[in-house]
Amino acid sequence: MTKTDKKHFFSRLFSGIPVLGWLLGVLIAVLLERYLGEALAEILGLPKIPVLFGFVIMLKKPALIPGSLAFVILIYILPIWIIARLSAPATNAAAGFLVRRSVGLSAMIHLALLYACIHIWSDISAYRVLALKLTLISIMLTLSLNVVNGYMGEFSCSHPGFMALGAYVCSIFTVGPFINDRFFDQAILPLFLAPYIFPVALIFGGLAAAAGALFVAIPSFRTRGDYLAIISLAFMFIVKSLIENLEFVGGPRGLGGQPDLASLPTVFIWTVLCVWIINNFVRSTLGKAMNAVRDDELAAAAMTVNTRNTKMTAFLFAAFWAGVAGGLFAHVLRYVNPGTFGVQNLAEVLAMVYFGGLNSVYGSIVGAVSLNLLGEALRPLELFKWIIIPLLLILVMIFRPKGLVAFKEFDPRRVLQPKLKSE
Amino acid sequence: MSLLQVEKMTHYFGGLKAVYNYNLQIDPGQIKGLIGPNGAGKSTIFNLITGIYKPTEGDIRLEGKSIVGYKPHQVAAMGLGRTFQNMQLWRHMTVLEHVKMARYSKLRYGLCGAFFGTAKRRREEAESDEKAHYFLNMFGVDPLADQNIFNLPYGAQRRVEMARAMATEPKVLFLDEPTAGMNPEELGRMVATIRQVHEELGLAIFLIEHRLRVVMELCESIQTLVFGEIIAEGTPEEIRSNPKVIDAYLGKDVVE
Repeated sequence: MTKTDKKHFFSRLFSGIPVLGWLLGVLIAVLLERYLGEALAEILGLPKIPVLFGFVIMLKKPALIPGSLAFVILIYILPIWIIARLSAPATNAAAGFLVRRSVGLSAMIHLALLYACIHIWSDISAYRVLALKLTLISIMLTLSLNVVNGYMGEFSCSHPGFMALGAYVCSIFTVGPFINDRFFDQAILPLFLAPYIFPVALIFGGLAAAAGALFVAIPSFRTRGDYLAIISLAFMFIVKSLIENLEFVGGPRGLGGQPDLASLPTVFIWTVLCVWIINNFVRSTLGKAMNAVRDDELAAAAMTVNTRNTKMTAFLFAAFWAGVAGGLFAHVLRYVNPGTFGVQNLAEVLAMVYFGGLNSVYGSIVGAVSLNLLGEALRPLELFKWIIIPLLLILVMIFRPKGLVAFKEFDPRRVLQPKLKSE
Repeated sequence: MSLLQVEKMTHYFGGLKAVYNYNLQIDPGQIKGLIGPNGAGKSTIFNLITGIYKPTEGDIRLEGKSIVGYKPHQVAAMGLGRTFQNMQLWRHMTVLEHVKMARYSKLRYGLCGAFFGTAKRRREEAESDEKAHYFLNMFGVDPLADQNIFNLPYGAQRRVEMARAMATEPKVLFLDEPTAGMNPEELGRMVATIRQVHEELGLAIFLIEHRLRVVMELCESIQTLVFGEIIAEGTPEEIRSNPKVIDAYLGKDVVE
């Protein structure tokens, strides 16, 4: 077998399977894990179901490596591939039918399947639920930062600041009226109303972040260059020390006791909403105006593009979603303190953007998911985690300077349509 | 009334007198040329009229309405389309996206449409697609619509840039050295295209050019600019025989 033949062979194994087929495979795999996982783990000599594809367990107890590998292969890899491969003709037909009927309907069904997968997967442990929620929030943050740093080509450092504004403002709206709290006194509304107020609270959080963004944008968008980076960095510190000194939100001790509103479906829906709206925006001519401004502002203006408006809109829009993500973050952890929204948070979200790829919705999702997963998987290495992850980042920057999947348009129709077998 | 009128426009960069007492009148359907040695201020005049710089003195009127003090994008939307001397294209965008971008001011769907993908947006984007293909066709680059702009050969890039300028549906088209850096074949095609656009649409064109042959062939009236001042204005024949122009171009006391 020559090299090209080999390549051909491998690509044949995976080609011709639509997203629907993969989702079906994953669904079956997570169901298998749920019902047979315990038994299989016992047979393989594992103490319990490996919580994160065996990464954690393998790093902690090297003796269990063969068992965990076997578990991953038997529960995930083989079932997913077999189901996806065997069902390909059926799922291709179904995907084709759905896309012809309506892209919206097809997207809904795919998302429902995806949600079912992650729900069943995460049902096994509370740790998985938490990791998943934080990953989804990271996707929102990364994508919104990508709007400024990727699509618009500016360098903004204030995302933790926007996130903090969103987290605190949103918390005030939920802790204030619904919880007996030392700062906000007695609850004035019954707790069962809280889920209805929560979306409004999140939007207020987003708007507060956008208002903060206006404060940064006005002085920094008169010209281009490094000004935004400096002003936004300053903004981040201002927000942090402001919150540290505001006694009614707890100062440096933080604000806790948020009602348990950010359930997995809630976070999932908001993430989907965020991805959908941002993707809509960046694919419209109004959104592409950001690219025009980034690549040549003078030409953009000469082609009737209102450059200042474009920059302001993009920046405020990105800040809004960072605020919403912050609000969700506060309700996932049910406690926030200003220390969370510092330079380390900034470094993480910047890393996700540049690792995943600039100017790309795919890239942001890939970046956020992979760095979150990596962070969790390498947790047993403790300090060495902070050597391996930056090393990986450096390697990506050397071999793919724009990130893993940069400059790729996310077209839902194309993603959902049936895949033809490559010849 | 003339379409575009510039009166006594003067501009200083600090203490440097870049343009002095410049007058221009373009009638509907007229092709006017502007020639002059390097550094004479030709591009500055373009930038002044299209709103990139604000003239120190003087007035610019488009169809009788003063456009001094408007931002470049507003001036462009009012009907002054332009190309650039060194083709300012957008690195990461396709040919089609370039031309669609020039329809920006004509889109009415607003942010709501952009965020939620409304029916209005789909309709307007489809309309804009259609227009873009029309202009790409006009310049013979429609088959390249889905290519990234930097995959195109130089001549094709120039044509896309012109298609982009045309997509703003200008009343006057400003061309800044449209044949710069072209080989004789590309040059011939470009001249033919400019003439064709002019004849089909009756468009008024204002042209900066270095190559006298091109200007002589295309323009009804030519201005010669030296050190920010017009030294001669007239038909190609008058310009060709004007001793001051010969002086400036042959370089007796002006180094080109």
